[in-house]
Amino acid sequence: MIVDKSRLNLKKRRVISDKVFKIGSAVAGTYVLVIIVLIAFQLMSESYPIWEKEGLSFITKTDWNAVEDRESFGALPYILGTLTTSAIAMMIGVPLSIGIAMFISDAPPKIGAPLGFLVELLAAVPSVIYGLWGLFVFRVYFRDWIETPLHDVFGDNIWLFSGNPYGLDILTASVILAIMIIPTVSAVSREIMKAVPQQQKEAAYMLGATKWEMFKLAIFPYSKTGLIGASILGLGRAVGETMAVTMLIGNATGIGAIPSSLFGPSQTMSSIIANEFVEASPASIHMPALIGIGLILLLIAIVINVIAHLLVTRMLKIKEGAINN
Amino acid sequence: MNPIQQRRQEYRSLFKQNVAKRLLVDKVVKIIVFSCVIIAIIPLGSILIEVFKNGLTAISIEFLTETPGSAGSGEGGIGPAIQGTLIIIGLSSIIGVPIGVMSGVFLSEYGDNALARFIRFFNDVFMEFPSIILGIFAFLIIVLVLGHFSVWAGAFALSLIMFPIVARTTEESLKMVPMTYREAGTALGLKKWVITFRIVISAAKSGMITGILLSVSRIGGETAPLIMTVLGSSQFFSSMDTPMDALPLRIWRLSLLPYDSAQLQGWGAALVLIMIILGINLGVRYYFTNKKNGFFGQLIKQRKKITK
Amino acid sequence: MTALTINPINMESSPVAAPERRTPIDISKYKMIAENVTVSYGGIDAVRNVTMKFKENSVTALIGPSGCGKTTFLRCLNRMHDMTKNAKVKGKVMLDDIDLYSKAIDPIYHRRKVGMVFQKPNPFPTMSVYDNVTSGLRLNGVKDKKILDEIVEDSLKMAYLWDEVKNDLKKSAVELSGGQQQRLCIARALAIQPEVLLMDEPASALDPIATQKIEETIIELKNDYTIIIVTHNMQQAIRVSDYTGFMYLGDLVEFGETKKLFTDPKEELTAKYVQGHFG
Repeated sequence: MIVDKSRLNLKKRRVISDKVFKIGSAVAGTYVLVIIVLIAFQLMSESYPIWEKEGLSFITKTDWNAVEDRESFGALPYILGTLTTSAIAMMIGVPLSIGIAMFISDAPPKIGAPLGFLVELLAAVPSVIYGLWGLFVFRVYFRDWIETPLHDVFGDNIWLFSGNPYGLDILTASVILAIMIIPTVSAVSREIMKAVPQQQKEAAYMLGATKWEMFKLAIFPYSKTGLIGASILGLGRAVGETMAVTMLIGNATGIGAIPSSLFGPSQTMSSIIANEFVEASPASIHMPALIGIGLILLLIAIVINVIAHLLVTRMLKIKEGAINN
Repeated sequence: MNPIQQRRQEYRSLFKQNVAKRLLVDKVVKIIVFSCVIIAIIPLGSILIEVFKNGLTAISIEFLTETPGSAGSGEGGIGPAIQGTLIIIGLSSIIGVPIGVMSGVFLSEYGDNALARFIRFFNDVFMEFPSIILGIFAFLIIVLVLGHFSVWAGAFALSLIMFPIVARTTEESLKMVPMTYREAGTALGLKKWVITFRIVISAAKSGMITGILLSVSRIGGETAPLIMTVLGSSQFFSSMDTPMDALPLRIWRLSLLPYDSAQLQGWGAALVLIMIILGINLGVRYYFTNKKNGFFGQLIKQRKKITK
Repeated sequence: MTALTINPINMESSPVAAPERRTPIDISKYKMIAENVTVSYGGIDAVRNVTMKFKENSVTALIGPSGCGKTTFLRCLNRMHDMTKNAKVKGKVMLDDIDLYSKAIDPIYHRRKVGMVFQKPNPFPTMSVYDNVTSGLRLNGVKDKKILDEIVEDSLKMAYLWDEVKNDLKKSAVELSGGQQQRLCIARALAIQPEVLLMDEPASALDPIATQKIEETIIELKNDYTIIIVTHNMQQAIRVSDYTGFMYLGDLVEFGETKKLFTDPKEELTAKYVQGHFG
């Protein structure tokens, strides 16, 4: 009898404290869901004034006037600025990243591991230091060695290269962005290439393929989806980047911020917020406008990242599900 | 030669003698791909060199401990910024790490259901939220409500960056602990929370600490969320309800000033920040990787003993 | 030492009676000679000093228990170990008069002369049947559609797959059954007109009917190709091969005509294995 009772107590105690533990950790888990909902709610409600005033044309307008009585705000230039810089960053960064992934996935570990580590170290450098370096070092060389010659040669004919290069422009910001997304894109690409089954590579090899041909036959067709996903992941990173871009993009506002030439100044959604948020008076609709831009930025970032994740995980799941019946 | 062999010979003769060309293409690709790596590493090298080269000249005891002088004077230092950074990463960790760890525990130990999958997915989505949005959020629910800039707001914003990373690394570390550990605990009659904390987390300790430290180094460099929460300041920390400085903020503000002396101080601040971040990064890798090698080395040795 | 009674394996009762060869084995010529081949992984020898000679147009089976090194040895014959990290290969592998391991040559020139079929079918999943078969041809610069069509038909016929796919060559390779995929892999290897065919347990992942089809294919192919096949199925070795090599723990224990090796082996170890005393 005594034995039964004590066993019962033990069970009860175990059950209670474990239940508390389970609930506690579940609460911690759902914290992220609560935060996401709160953020969405806060951004929507605090930016409501600008949506109320401008409606959806906030997304298409190009004004940017904070003067009282003549306040008018439009998000379009900054949306274009973000998309332009991110797209250029992708165009430069993705090929480099895939090349890096190709090299490291096939190099012997003694060379591959340290080089891979160095590339990953690029991710550890804070954005503001990229900006600092970009501002005082990179910009000077880039302007003198690349932008100015390009302008001199093509400036009259190709609108992309018109505009006197000063160094604080779309192209400079995009190049730095490209460097910043390389660690992410190359690391994910490497994982995806590693996921290609050894037998596929062997089949290509057996046919007498060179290493490059093996990539073309066995690795790229197999991992195409995943590599696209990796690139979009990089796009997502670029879209959310703030400090380095802010310090290098030239900080134009309003119509002047619409991307017109690679050598012209511009502004991204994150940089306009970084530049103007603290000065915006909460009483005006300047701040709601900035928060509205933040909302648009968030939506774009989420959509891009969800797509990227789906592509990447789909690819990695295919590897597990056999090709053969 | 029978007709079949003849036909095969004919087919073979159709093969172009292109092997030399193909090998050349292969070599060219090898060079291109290698140059990609070099192109990526050059900026890293340049950044580190420039930060050290320029920053070193700015470093002095005064620089590390004094408040900033007037703009452009070249005097003063970044004392408040260093103090601020240390305070803010400490506070953020206090908020973010427990949530992250418990979240990771949930995902690992109770993770085989729809809720966990849901949470995991959104955890990954949340990690990609632009950090400036998190700054706006912290501004809206803390700074606006309190009516002034606040260190809590900054710590909260940074904790939002931290906890999903810690949750993910904790989950992965815990998952690497073999089921047999937990089964042993159950066989001994231990409660699940005891098993998790005393046994599983102990075993996963190094992985978890690595994840936590790496997330600390990540938030140490974050600027955007601090802009509208702690704002930055030229004074040392005075209270939780006044603006505070931090290294990334100071670097940014210095870079905006048109004075060479400010630029130099910016490099100095950058050097201090990089040292902290790289210190954590390299320290983590060195300390924990070595330990891992030792652990695996032992394992291999033991296995060899058994097979002999 | 107790005397082992060796029960001769009843060759007449094999399920598939080996048909007459169309072309005789050229006993004067060795197509491939592996001389003193040693393969080591990280200090441990998987294949130790093995020497084997393969007559032209013969089928040689490599048998032995798991881990004896037969697959490792097979992969030496087309320098597949170049892909494996940590693998060190010593020795010579002569294909006709060329040492494949000679420093003077680049294996790419010669690897396509030695086709390989792997244990699990591994067609390229993103390509159609047609493209899979022509994949090796395109590498070698063959672009003429007529020629490609011809070789595709020829290869698929040799692999006994033509009738089943001829109406839909653009079908994706992964839509085929396991057995069909394996025959597709054989066709893919045959398309590049190799001189030697290496097969690593080609039927082990397949059901009995598919296995039978593969064996029929091999028996027909052996008239025109030198084939070396690794198998753990001794009946299969008896059914298809002319010569057999028995390996154990990295060493070549015995090599000889299949009939003789199974009914009257020279080595006691061979006898034990062939009797099924260990596997």
